[in-house]
Formats: sequence, structure tokens, C-alpha cells
Amino acid sequence: MTTPSAPVLEIRDLSVSFPTETGTVSAVDGVSLDLAPGEIVGMVGESGCGKSVTAMSIAGLLPGSARITGSVRLDGAELVGARESALRRVRGQEIAYIFQEPMTSLNPVLTVGRQIGEVLQVHERMSRRAARARAVELLTLVGIPSAAQRVDTYPHQLSGGMRQRVMIAMAVACGPKVLVADEPTTALDVTVQAGILQVLRDLRDRLGTSILIITHDLGVIADIADRVVVMYAGRVVERAPVDDLFARPRHRYTAGLLSASPQPGRHAGTDRLTEIPGLVPVLSTQPDACTFADRCPAADATCRDAAPPLEGIGGTDHVAACWHPCSTAPQEATR
Amino acid sequence: MTPQPNALEIEDLVMHFGPVRAVDGVSLTIPRGRVTALVGESGSGKSTVGRCVVRLVEPTAGTVRIAGTDVTHLSRRRLRPHRGAVSIVFQDPAGSLDPRMLVGDIVAEPLRLAGKRISRRDRDARVAPQLERVGLRAEVARRYPHELSGGQRQRVSIARALISEPMLLIADEPTSALDVSVQASVLNLLADLQRDIGFACLFITHDLSAVEYLADDIAVMYLGQLVEQGSRERIFARPAHPYTQALLSAAPVADPVRQRERQPVLLGDDLPSALDPPSGCRFRTRCPLAFDRCATEVPARTAIGDGMAACHLVRPDGTGPDVRTADPSEVLS
Repeated sequence: MTTPSAPVLEIRDLSVSFPTETGTVSAVDGVSLDLAPGEIVGMVGESGCGKSVTAMSIAGLLPGSARITGSVRLDGAELVGARESALRRVRGQEIAYIFQEPMTSLNPVLTVGRQIGEVLQVHERMSRRAARARAVELLTLVGIPSAAQRVDTYPHQLSGGMRQRVMIAMAVACGPKVLVADEPTTALDVTVQAGILQVLRDLRDRLGTSILIITHDLGVIADIADRVVVMYAGRVVERAPVDDLFARPRHRYTAGLLSASPQPGRHAGTDRLTEIPGLVPVLSTQPDACTFADRCPAADATCRDAAPPLEGIGGTDHVAACWHPCSTAPQEATR
Repeated sequence: MTPQPNALEIEDLVMHFGPVRAVDGVSLTIPRGRVTALVGESGSGKSTVGRCVVRLVEPTAGTVRIAGTDVTHLSRRRLRPHRGAVSIVFQDPAGSLDPRMLVGDIVAEPLRLAGKRISRRDRDARVAPQLERVGLRAEVARRYPHELSGGQRQRVSIARALISEPMLLIADEPTSALDVSVQASVLNLLADLQRDIGFACLFITHDLSAVEYLADDIAVMYLGQLVEQGSRERIFARPAHPYTQALLSAAPVADPVRQRERQPVLLGDDLPSALDPPSGCRFRTRCPLAFDRCATEVPARTAIGDGMAACHLVRPDGTGPDVRTADPSEVLS
């Protein structure tokens, strides 16, 4: 997807920090990201890298204690610092979310039809009857068989995969421009995951929804994303089209992640997984240095003295924040 | 020389929790020093098999033999001498380590439970090399679990599991709660320890890439029963059961170019309930190739090499259709 059309979502220099009992924790530091119409961007990183905080800050879902700077624009309209009433119109109608655990996001005492209908009654001012009919259509859209019957079931009567489909139906009820999916398949089995990823792809193809999918699973990224953003310790360390990222990772952290996961055909008898030594740092303030330096095999004094800028490589849309990026030779030899 | 008994022999294991038929007739043998992966999705009963083997629960029926000893119905007291022969590592190291105990006490606890009275000095002398073996410094013994990272805590669980020099290690999703980079180090550690010490391992997981990396043999479980068994090479190269084929096709590979060429077999989300499993073949309600006979007749186990597949469509020579390429209408005609 290299459509030159204006991005529907523009995140610029977004930083988020939280005051805690033991001082400030910087969760996100200077994240910039564009989402084009109909594009699926995958955001990958390990726990604590700031990917979920970034996602939540887009539509102002973070608690009031969060200190947010920078800019998030939806079709040019600024969302950071926008009034709560304005954000409420954006949520659901323009930007919708689905989360990891569908059971905790659904109301156990309402039928799924009522829950989907509620969204339509509130945002679209539909009558109850029209909302119910639309709910059946939406359930069909997300691949729920015999939707006309399922619309009257309660969440506990559905499997985990079906619940996640209901969540997706609810999220797309008002035809949002942007769908933020935070680990949407992490709680699901692989055979169910494959179906959910297919639904997300269908939504993009049929409705043109832009999707930001957040995951720690490189297989999911390889399966669904057009472009990938790799986060580490609150910063974007690499951003590239999906094929480019997997074939030619430039940042040492990305390369480490790729070779840390077992590849098909590899066995412990003949092969070893590459480990990334050390731990993800918890930062009170973001240092003017590469945050990966302490775990990086290529780090030197430069890396500890200045934060590497997110720079393009040869005029492409592949950027990495690294003073000593990996060579551009394909990674086949090391993987 | 008498033949050495297998590390683990499970025969027709049944575990029912009231009306829930969690495990329904599982037979599995692990020779000494081999790693067998027990693969299945949530609710397949794979963890329950592990819990029966370490006798956290007493099986409803069937036999569990560890190193030749039938432990299926031994009382707590009679079980104690055999406790050291089998250990377990759980998925969530935060939940399986007592937060009020020091790491040193946690790692040494199996020795205490075995009824060995040892001095503090002897105990420390045994704990330190255990911690080193799993890549932790000896000082960690004086820390509490909350002071450690997730990966370090899982190393503590592994040290605790191995201090009694067990013949069999049950590893129940040992890396599922960990980040990718930490997973790599725990998988490497398990592989190294297994090679150096030579314990047999029942590796319970849903992560197929970890299975391919660590296992010698694979057993695939669906709704309380084994549907396929075989060597790692055979299962990954020529899976015979439609469920195994679907499982392998559904797991995305971390390579976008290859992933784009793959077509996952979509099974539908509705897993049948273990309260009332389908008649005949339990996989038939989701199987793209199911036909009349699957509803009426429980498929027999067809031998394939040292393994087996339980499917009506697998021919006596071990070949059969592949749901990843087969057109269902042609298979049945």
C-alpha cells in the first residue's frame, strides 16, 4: 500500500509519562506515525515498550494522570488536548478499539444484539428495531454463522473467537475510519486467530478501514501488516514496509527479535536461538542516548552519548534509529 | 542387564471433573531422555494430562507409570518417595513461586519435601550450583521472587524442578507468558539442560514454533483425546490428521513473503464442549473433510511409523488427504 493520499491518522512526536510513587515513568517518547486510508500498520514490541500506551493515547483513553505532549491528528483535526465532548464523538464513530480479552470488554448481562445496538442508538440515533436489524448485518459481516439467532445470545454462550468477532462488529458499527486493535488475537487459539485476522483483512478490503494492529507476535505482523513500526523502551526504533523489515532489518533490536523466535525447520540439536541479553529498561526520563545500547552487540561511546535519529535509508520509507545499523544485505545467512 | 523402564508410560488415561470429560483415553510413552511435545489448543486437556502425571489430581481411570512405578492411585504418603522422579514447571512463574519465600528456600523446597534433613550450609551448597546451572548468580538465593524479572523467575522454577534430579520434567507452557527475546533464552536453557542432564520431558504447549525447536516427538491432542502422534520430522513434513494439518497451516510464520503464499485452513470458532463431545470423531464438527461415517464411528488409530493418526481418511499405509490442498468434494467422492 503506497497510496500517496493524505494519512487519515497522523501522530507527531507523541510523548506520554505517568507520575508514580517512585517518580515519573516515561512510557512513550517522541513517537511519530502515519496511517493511510485502507492501510494496516503493525506495531510490534515487547511488554512495556509503550505500544499499548501509544494506542490508548490516540483517542484519549489514558487516565487523567497521564501527561501527554505532541500531536495526534485525525483527518487534520487535533485530538491531543481536545475537549471530552469532542473526543466522545470521535470514539466509536471515527476511531474504534478492540482489545485482547473480549470477555472483559463485553457486558455479561446484555445480549450481544443489545450491546451492538446500543452503539448504533447512541451514535447513529437509530431506533431499537433498526439497530437490531443492523446488528444482525454486522454479525454476518464479521463471519458469525446464523447471525439472526446469535444476536440474542449472551457473551458467555459464545466461544472466545466468537466474542472477539462480536467486539469487532461493535467496533465497526459506525463505520470508523480507524480501527485500533490491541493484541486482538493474543488470547485466542491459532486456528481461531487465523479467522480473526481474515475478518480484519476483509474489513479493510470491503470498508476501507485503516487498521493499527498492536501485537508482540511477529507471525501476526507478517500475516496482516502492510507496514511495521518496531517500538523499544517507548521509542520507535524502526519503521518499514513489511517485506523490507523482515528481509533487511536495520536496527539491531529488530534483527535480534527476528532471530530470537524459532524459525520453521530449526531444532535445538543443530541450532541455537539468538538471545537478547539484559532487560528492557524502565525509564524515568528518556536519556539522550540509544535506549538499546546496554543490550546491543554493536554499541559504542556514540550510542551512549546521543540518541540516534530515525533516519531514512537510501531515500526509501525504511527508517531506523541506530548509529550502527545492520548491513543492507538480506538476513538469510543469519536466520 | 534388565531393560530400563520408560520415563513415562500413560495408558488409557481418563480424567473427568464431574461431567467435564477433560481427558478421555490418552496413551503416551516417553522413553528416557526424549522430549515429547503435547500440543493442543485451550481446553484440549493437555495441561490436565500433565497434572495427572505429577499427581496434582488423581486420574479417574487408566494408569500412569513413572520410571516403571505405577503412581496412579498412590496415597500422598506412598507417593512421596517417587515425587523426586518427576517435576513440573508452570506457565506463570509469578503465580507458582511463593512471594513470601526467598529464592534459595524455593529452590531447596523439593529436598525438604522429600524428607531429607539437611543443614542450612549443605542446603546452600546444593542450591548455588542449581542457580548457576540455570544462569543465575548464587546471590539470587537471598532475593524474593518479586525482585526478579519474568525470565529470571522462570529460571528459578526450572532450578527448583531440577534439584531432585528428576527422570521426567513436565514443562507446562513454560515460555508462553514471556516476551520473545526472553522466550529464546528459556528455550535455549531447556534445550541445554535436557542435553546435558538427559531428563525426559513432556513439553506441553500450543506454540508450534517452540515445538519444532525443542521436541523429538509430538502428540497432538483435541478435546481430551490424542488425534496424532509421531516424530517431529514426520509431523511437520507429513501431518496425517486433518486437525494437525489445520493447526500447522493456521500458525503464521514470521516471514511475510512465505506467509502470503500460505492459505490457512479456517475451521470455524465453535469448539465443541467437553461436557458433551461429538459422537464418533470429536473433530468432525470442525473438520472440512468430515463425512457420514465420522459421526457414527470412532476412528481407529492407524499406525504411521512409531506413531499413529486417528482418522477414517488415513489409509493403512499412513497416507491420506491433506486439508491444506484437498478439495473436500473430491476427497469424499
